[in-house]
Amino acid sequence: MVFAFRREPDLWFLIGSPTVWALHFLACYVLAAVHCEKAGAGFVSIAPVRVWIVGLTAVALAFVFVSGLQAWRHWGFGANQPPHDADSPEDRRRFIGYAALLISALSFVAIAFTALPVLFITDCR
Amino acid sequence: MTAGHATPPAPDPTLRAEQERRLDKAWETPRGWRYWSAVNNTQVGLWYTGTAFIFFLFAGVLALLIRVQLAVPDNTLLSAQFYNQVFTLHGTVMMFLFAVPILEAVAILLMPAMYAARDLPFPRLSAFGFWSFFIGGVFVCGSIFFNAAPDTGWFMYPPLATDVKQSGIGADIWLLGLSFIEIASIAAAVELIVGVLKCRPPGMRINLMPLYGWYVLIVGGMILFAFPPLIAGDILFEAERLLNWPFFDAKRGGDPLLWQHLFWIFGHPEVYIIFLPSIALLAMIVPTFAQRPIVGYAWIVLAAVGTGFLSFGLWVHHMFATGLPSISLAFFSAASEAVAIPTAVQIFVFIATIMAGRLIFAVPMLFATGALAIFTFGGLTGVMVALAPFDWQAHDTYFIVAHLHYVLIGGMLFPLIAGVYYYFPVAADRMLSPRPGKIAFWLMFVGFNVAFLPMHFTGLRGMPRRVFTYPEGFGWEWLNLVSSVGAFVFAAGIAIIVIDVVRTALGAPMRERNPWNAGTLEWLLRRPQKPWQTRTVPPVSSRYPLWADPELARKTDEARYYLPDAEEGKRETLITTTLDGDPVQCLRLPGNSFKPMCAAIFIGGSFILTTFHFYRGSLVSGVIGVAIILWWLWTGTAIIPEKRTKDVGVGLKLPLYVSGSDSVGWWAMLITMLADMSAFFSLIFGYFFFWTIHEDFPPAGVDAPGVLWPGIAAILLIAAWAVMPLAKRLNARGSAAGLRAMLAVNALLSALGAAALLSAPYVTGLEPTQHAYPAIVWVLVLWAAAHAALGILMTLYCFARSFAGLLTREYDIDIHNVVLYWHFAAITAAVTVATIVLFPLASGG
Repeated sequence: MVFAFRREPDLWFLIGSPTVWALHFLACYVLAAVHCEKAGAGFVSIAPVRVWIVGLTAVALAFVFVSGLQAWRHWGFGANQPPHDADSPEDRRRFIGYAALLISALSFVAIAFTALPVLFITDCR
Repeated sequence: MTAGHATPPAPDPTLRAEQERRLDKAWETPRGWRYWSAVNNTQVGLWYTGTAFIFFLFAGVLALLIRVQLAVPDNTLLSAQFYNQVFTLHGTVMMFLFAVPILEAVAILLMPAMYAARDLPFPRLSAFGFWSFFIGGVFVCGSIFFNAAPDTGWFMYPPLATDVKQSGIGADIWLLGLSFIEIASIAAAVELIVGVLKCRPPGMRINLMPLYGWYVLIVGGMILFAFPPLIAGDILFEAERLLNWPFFDAKRGGDPLLWQHLFWIFGHPEVYIIFLPSIALLAMIVPTFAQRPIVGYAWIVLAAVGTGFLSFGLWVHHMFATGLPSISLAFFSAASEAVAIPTAVQIFVFIATIMAGRLIFAVPMLFATGALAIFTFGGLTGVMVALAPFDWQAHDTYFIVAHLHYVLIGGMLFPLIAGVYYYFPVAADRMLSPRPGKIAFWLMFVGFNVAFLPMHFTGLRGMPRRVFTYPEGFGWEWLNLVSSVGAFVFAAGIAIIVIDVVRTALGAPMRERNPWNAGTLEWLLRRPQKPWQTRTVPPVSSRYPLWADPELARKTDEARYYLPDAEEGKRETLITTTLDGDPVQCLRLPGNSFKPMCAAIFIGGSFILTTFHFYRGSLVSGVIGVAIILWWLWTGTAIIPEKRTKDVGVGLKLPLYVSGSDSVGWWAMLITMLADMSAFFSLIFGYFFFWTIHEDFPPAGVDAPGVLWPGIAAILLIAAWAVMPLAKRLNARGSAAGLRAMLAVNALLSALGAAALLSAPYVTGLEPTQHAYPAIVWVLVLWAAAHAALGILMTLYCFARSFAGLLTREYDIDIHNVVLYWHFAAITAAVTVATIVLFPLASGG
């Protein structure tokens, strides 16, 4: 998915970056929920959680960025325009690359979106 | 364009007629009472769709009852108690017996035609799914005639729904009836995922697949991760109701919120599980009526995959008012807004396609545009309620009722009706009439908005949902009256469609093949249709093969392409590779049989008898059901063919039997086990949820299961797993004795392992009715032990197959699949032991 720098992308490439989104999302939620439950609710600060989430977000965004680059490469760096509907292995590869690139872009935005609340919320209220 | 594939010459007409006779015979639909043994997708798909529509009409009548009751203040037409049953059953039936199943049904009906396949890979599984759905559905719906329907709302919140006195038997009917139907959904997901990936026509690469296929693939994947949490929730819920295990009882360490989490982890993706296949219909309809290829094919794939994932990050937005910390709410609020991006992408793709083409405004297109308008409105109110502060105001009011109906009727029902008008020729060889269609559309469109638009205001004026009546003076009277009038106008539209469908179905069949001048393969079918679908399976090299090659229908009919014959009198279809659609196997499909129906009757019987606490009868029924399934598997799967390869036409020879990851059965096992894993991890989530909310977990004064027995169990079960790959290897080397010995060792070790696992909480005296901790430990241990028991059953099955000469060195599908099962059973055992033993040690409990 992200690390497999292969010439031929398969269907797993399409779900690599949204899987990173899912793991990041789950981690954010679980960290905050467990912290607020265990440290006591209300005005308890979520400072440690914020540090963790910022770090995790950086890692997740880096993953998605790399997988986007990978997809861009499979697409052929934009040398060919869609619709990629020719009956050839090249167009099949370009199609998967292009779709994976779009999905990586969406995942990138969604990860950034998920992380935004920790910039504004400071405690467990 | 079929330019890449040379077109072979047509066989002479006498030979063609003979071939056709043989195909007819192999695919014959049985007559008389045996008709109900049919398993072909054209029959099962039709029954499935028809049954789901009948449930829809039933739930629609319930909706009208609701609207009559609410038309005027202080109405006494329905009692409060009966009203509770009516609205609960309305929601339940619409969601579980109509919206989800109909899309599986439509996919089963249409997918093979879209792929020019003869059928999907597991026809009997589809039939089993249908009968399960039918039995469970009739059971759940029928309860209202005995004043025993569920009455605690379609999401069954404890503590109300766990209170046996307050909720009566209705809650059990809901839990057990629907759990049984969820099995049918998972069966459909297995069938459709494997179908989309492996049953495409030769040459249909992944970038040429019809968009419907993409959506079905994504939705199949979503079902695997969305339905199992609900099944896990149902298990905990029934354990509380029937056995008094306090998972949701706050007095004994449980928490009602756990149910809300499990329900909505299912419930929110479910909205998209309903929405995506309907939008998939639009993705097929819009290009036809714009008479051009879709604009932004890859963007649709983005939207489908993106929505598929993001929809799993929305569940807590149903729980904004439960007092969770605002940081938690904010994550889900963010995801709820992010999901608007891929959803909107699809709408823009459709608009772009319409604008780029020459639009033909036929009835399907009318419903399609109506769908987009209504859905967009519902989507916008969705963004409003995704904002927690607004949701706190609107929560549990009629605003939410209005929002969800805009989303579901705009996103699901209108596209579905568009699909009914568009695909009626494929399903029934007949064309619905345009005039009644247009009248129906306007009645439905106007009626819908008249009924549901005012509800936003009724909600904002404070009317709570689910009240059976309301007093005068709150400014709700005329809004409710208008809604009720609208509901009946809407229903009149539906009635016209029903009348038109019945009238057309009784009329003469049409001859024209491609009435809409569509470009995709389902319009290749000859009329009247044959159960074997297209005459031959054509090679494909375009997204719209019929537009690319207008002669394709003639050449297909002339038996120039693949599978022109059924020489051996067997049902067959092509299996191709996932990425490029290269043909790799000629798959023999099972024929008609009553076994799937009987299996569904007895398995269903065991669920139904449990509802009435007839545990012995339930056990007997379940055992008979399992025995029938074994008989079905023994006689109908992994059949050794009379020859190794077969000429499938166009000079291509393909194997008839493949095993391991090349076989469809292996993929079915993998997919089923992914669903199984997500149910298991939902139970594990339950354990950690309890850990989170308790200061001491395991609670003080309770003996955790210790290390000794779970440790022994883990060692035995891991060892049982380890011998299975060895068994497979010995078999591959031709040692039947080695295979059997390893299988015997596996059965023995896993029996001992399961016993050791069960003795763990028993020995330390964990009493599951006392506290949520022992209860969840018991559930995990029972789950893992049941998996070991199922593993033993499979191992013994292989053992017997080996002795019967049905599992050999060359023909080894069974052992491959069972080894795959054991990988997952071992993970289950290991994670269970780690959770109940290592986690308490590590966290100092």
